[in-house]
Amino acid sequence: MQQLLTAVLTMIVGVLACAAYFWGTNFILDRIFPSKGLSGKAASRNLRITNAIRPWLFLAPALFALTIYLIYPVYKSVVFSFHDRGGVSFVGWSNYLWMVNDGEFRQSIFNNFLWLLVVPALSTFFGLIIAALTDRIWWGNIAKTLIFMPMAISFVGAAVIWKFIYDYRAAGAEQIGLLNAIVVALGGVPQAWITLPFWNNFFLMIILIWIQTGFAMVILSAALRGIPEETIEAAVIDGANGWQIFFKIMVPQIWGTIAVVWTTITILVLKVFDIVLAMTNGQWQSQVLANLMFDWMFRGGGDFGRGASIAVVIMVLVVPIMIWNIRNAAKEMRSH
Amino acid sequence: MTPATRSPLMWAVHLSVLLIVVLWTMPTAGLLISSLRDKDQLAVSGWWTALATSSRNDVARAPSADSQVERDGKFVISGNILDGQAGQISAFGFSSREPAAFKAGETAELNDGEKLTVQADGSFEIVSDTKMEGSRGQRIFFTAAAPPRFTLDNYREVLGAEGIGASFINSLTVAVPSTVIPILVAAFAAYALAWMPFPGRAILIAVVVGLLVVPLQMSLIPLLKLYNGVGAFFGVPAKTYLGIWLAHTGFGLPLAIYLLRNYMAGLPREIMESARVDGASDFDIFVKIVLPLSFPALASFAIFQFLWTWNDLLVAIVFLGTGQDQLVLTGRLVNLLGSRGGNWEILTASAFITIVVPLIVFFALQRYLVRGLLAGSVKGG
Repeated sequence: MQQLLTAVLTMIVGVLACAAYFWGTNFILDRIFPSKGLSGKAASRNLRITNAIRPWLFLAPALFALTIYLIYPVYKSVVFSFHDRGGVSFVGWSNYLWMVNDGEFRQSIFNNFLWLLVVPALSTFFGLIIAALTDRIWWGNIAKTLIFMPMAISFVGAAVIWKFIYDYRAAGAEQIGLLNAIVVALGGVPQAWITLPFWNNFFLMIILIWIQTGFAMVILSAALRGIPEETIEAAVIDGANGWQIFFKIMVPQIWGTIAVVWTTITILVLKVFDIVLAMTNGQWQSQVLANLMFDWMFRGGGDFGRGASIAVVIMVLVVPIMIWNIRNAAKEMRSH
Repeated sequence: MTPATRSPLMWAVHLSVLLIVVLWTMPTAGLLISSLRDKDQLAVSGWWTALATSSRNDVARAPSADSQVERDGKFVISGNILDGQAGQISAFGFSSREPAAFKAGETAELNDGEKLTVQADGSFEIVSDTKMEGSRGQRIFFTAAAPPRFTLDNYREVLGAEGIGASFINSLTVAVPSTVIPILVAAFAAYALAWMPFPGRAILIAVVVGLLVVPLQMSLIPLLKLYNGVGAFFGVPAKTYLGIWLAHTGFGLPLAIYLLRNYMAGLPREIMESARVDGASDFDIFVKIVLPLSFPALASFAIFQFLWTWNDLLVAIVFLGTGQDQLVLTGRLVNLLGSRGGNWEILTASAFITIVVPLIVFFALQRYLVRGLLAGSVKGG
């Protein structure tokens, strides 16, 4: 309780300090270069100066934080990836050479590739189908809320929820995990699902699909509603059936949104960490890049060189999407 | 919407949506139901049988011969095999080969001439004509049907003994300032990027969009080193709440600036121009007009940031210690998964406490969350 009070107090002090900074700098700026009560020429000169300085006063705290917490670390991680475990002496490409020869790293790349192939595709697909279905029924909003709900659950919480579903008891004992209970009821043999190499990847992916389908559904549902009615009416008049209308008229009109959803989930997949840590911690050949990176950060006192080089690999995989996003944002701004 | 939406097809739509909804909510429902069940029942039967009477096979040992009393010339040992637990005995036996040889109320003839009777309520009597001997009591196997039992005991246990209660406070300590501090900083920056012309503005916006997707992993090692350095320089611990608040602020800023800038850029130009004509400065316009009008976007971001900081594991385990007064809920839950892997009564109750706050926020403020998602769907969480 004491610490919560301290937290709230710090928060208030922090917000007040921010407010004081913004108010104070503006006040000082207006004092040094006053524009009110001055004759025309001096006033307009001062106005020009304040207009040039003020944006940077507004931006300064944000730029400072972004630089320290994101821009500088990106640069520094690249530098660390060429240094030894303590980050002291330069070792050239040896971290990257180690990487390509390391079995666990190759396993992680392979698994990440699987994740990238499956999770964005299935989440987007389910999201699209559910969006289309729920838009047609009167209780669609309730259904959407319930499907969207896992979005609020932490990856660790979701991992516990699904670990319970995958729970395994020896054959013959009563299964308390839902999946094994169903398998046994259908006459199968219970399995320790998350320890099955290769297939366990898919059991972990289901968790992320479960979480992300709601996100895809919300965005795609809004996009579907934005489709102009006339295009659908025209198709109906031409005698198109439901499937044709959906796949040939509606889906092509929302390709842009589908791409945004797809890439957003792709980036999330590249960073997936909590689920793997909580479910298997990379055992049984389920390792992924983000968890491997975390592992090397602390393994045996921490190998910052190798950790940083794995982070750089994740970054490199993200860069194409980053460029695509920036170009899209620029295009959008020009059209405004 | 289309002619295809008539009856038989419509039924298929209703049914498939219902199926999907059930599929999607069942995992969480299972967790909630399990966390409320009696821990002995939870360990032996699936949560979907929670409402059914569960039967269990167990074994009890009668008191030893010391406790026999003489009654009407016979020697009697009596007691209750349920030992205070609720339940109904349906069958019993005295050997492990036939643990359910007799029905409740019947009398079994033991090997040495003693007679064993077990009633449905669990009370039993061993009657013998001669004085019984031996220091070990008779084993009694039985099948008991236990009525479904729901309890808050699991929650009581995890909140206290397992430290979930302390972690709950820690999570709140992390999440609240981490949500509030970035808002003002981001709002000023967003206004500058939306409404103040200056050279380099387009580049800065592009940088913010780019930073949206930078993986957190890139920041971890340099920041850890930086924090350690700062801590050593000032002689303070490197892992502090202040450190994690600032880290969450830094990581949350790109989304905050992006969301707020998009929203502010959409505000009508006329309002700002007429205010400027009236002699208002940028500072006045921002504080008196733009900030109040931007409330929906501020709310969207606040919800995102709160969910993100509450649910975060990575930043917390790197930048915050693991002591009793620092370990957050997600970190505690991961530890429990390791140390209490099989104790589902502890795991389910802990997990539910972890997810209940985000769920409340979600259901109460879903509208803002959806709006934020639609405005900022470039960020990947």
